Amino acid sequence: MIDKTVGSVEEAVAGIRDGATIMIGGFGRAGQPVELIDALIAQGATGLTIINNNAGNGDVGLAALLAKKRVRRILCSFPRQHDSWVFDGLYRAGEIELELVPQGNLAERIRAAGAGIGAFFSPTGVGTELAAGKEIREIDGRAYALEYPIKADVALVSAYRADRWGNLVYRETARNFGPIMAAAATTTIVQVDELVPLGTLDPETVVTPGIFVDRVVAVGERGWLHDGAFVGGVDIEGRALAGASTANGDGKEVDQ
Amino acid sequence: MTETAAQATRISREQLAARIAQDIPEGSYVNLGIGAPTLVADYLPDDQEIILHTENGMLGMGPRPAAGEVDPDLINAGKQPVTALAGAAYFHHADSFGMMRGGHLDVCVLGAFQVSQGGDLANWSTGAPGAIPAVGGAMDLAIGAKNVYVMTDLLTKTGESKLVEACTYPLTGVGCVTRVYTDHAVFDVTPDGFAVREAFGANTVELLAELTGLELLEA
Repeated sequence: MIDKTVGSVEEAVAGIRDGATIMIGGFGRAGQPVELIDALIAQGATGLTIINNNAGNGDVGLAALLAKKRVRRILCSFPRQHDSWVFDGLYRAGEIELELVPQGNLAERIRAAGAGIGAFFSPTGVGTELAAGKEIREIDGRAYALEYPIKADVALVSAYRADRWGNLVYRETARNFGPIMAAAATTTIVQVDELVPLGTLDPETVVTPGIFVDRVVAVGERGWLHDGAFVGGVDIEGRALAGASTANGDGKEVDQ
Repeated sequence: MTETAAQATRISREQLAARIAQDIPEGSYVNLGIGAPTLVADYLPDDQEIILHTENGMLGMGPRPAAGEVDPDLINAGKQPVTALAGAAYFHHADSFGMMRGGHLDVCVLGAFQVSQGGDLANWSTGAPGAIPAVGGAMDLAIGAKNVYVMTDLLTKTGESKLVEACTYPLTGVGCVTRVYTDHAVFDVTPDGFAVREAFGANTVELLAELTGLELLEA
């Protein structure tokens, strides 16, 4: 019998070594596997290389991992955000190395790693400083830069539901990097709201087939759902609204 | 502000957003960049189906939800809460950027620091020392959409033209801009330089040439 489920987040992140390269899913806070990151902080691995679209928000999740100075290097497309103060401080102090990758190249390089592609030519970034030093080839009259895959020792992913074979479904735009990161890591560790019996997930709707998944842990239903139905009542950070609070953002945020 | 600049007609950001919306036909797949371009969504006609793409993984993006209905799993590229319209679809990041890079989007609207007369775009970095760099999806959008529209003021706060002979800020994309919508006029990027497609109010090609310091074509 195949059973990829584990009973706790501690068990889920066991064995992650110092110096590991770790992909962390999520776009900003959406789809960020906060419970797994907290467990990684407690587990203690350090000298890490992190791959994420951003570089942490506020003081939780990836930002908390950065604050503990466990991360030596980060690959991302958009580190500077209104709430990235933890990264900003480390970067300015020279305490973290940054490799900036255009977002589509980041995604495609991750996808390529999972799909066994040796390298590919991308038009994105050609003629800019982010393609400096890359091999350029003209194909059908257009210039492309050679891009190599990005793989990882570990991927930490947040999905919505899973079965014991590791089949995953996601929720809305929280899917973002999950499916491609799950395929690009040696060990893929997934947190979900809920584990469901084998056969419950409609095979037509499975987004990440279990072949890409190694460990799954249930962390409980997200705060804006109740028995799978959207109930709202939270702000954009998932915090319960207090009475007439208007905490659903100030409309001025300009991150991407 | 120079005397010439003071005489010029300038339209508001909202008027400019409405002007851009007029040029987006029904049936278009459209990505609106973060910042001012998101205003264009407010002026798309309700009786036409125009499908908005958000790079983080959705087609069919709808407006901001009411307070209490915010869903942290449902956000746009600016990480603001949005809604999903009937007919919406979710997809992962590699597919989302494949839609851009693969030329499937009809229009994107982006902000700019500078646009060169050859259509080069600079909108991701001023290259200021000490600044934390961040590029996000800007480079993919700039080279991917069939029509790359820029929405910007013509002049910086200190009066320099954002339309330039050659960009001095770090480039986002080379030769990628189709048209520039500014608060003074609309310019097409042509093989021979900028052509004034529409001058707002009393603005003339001569006045725009003086403000930009460029030779401009009459469209």
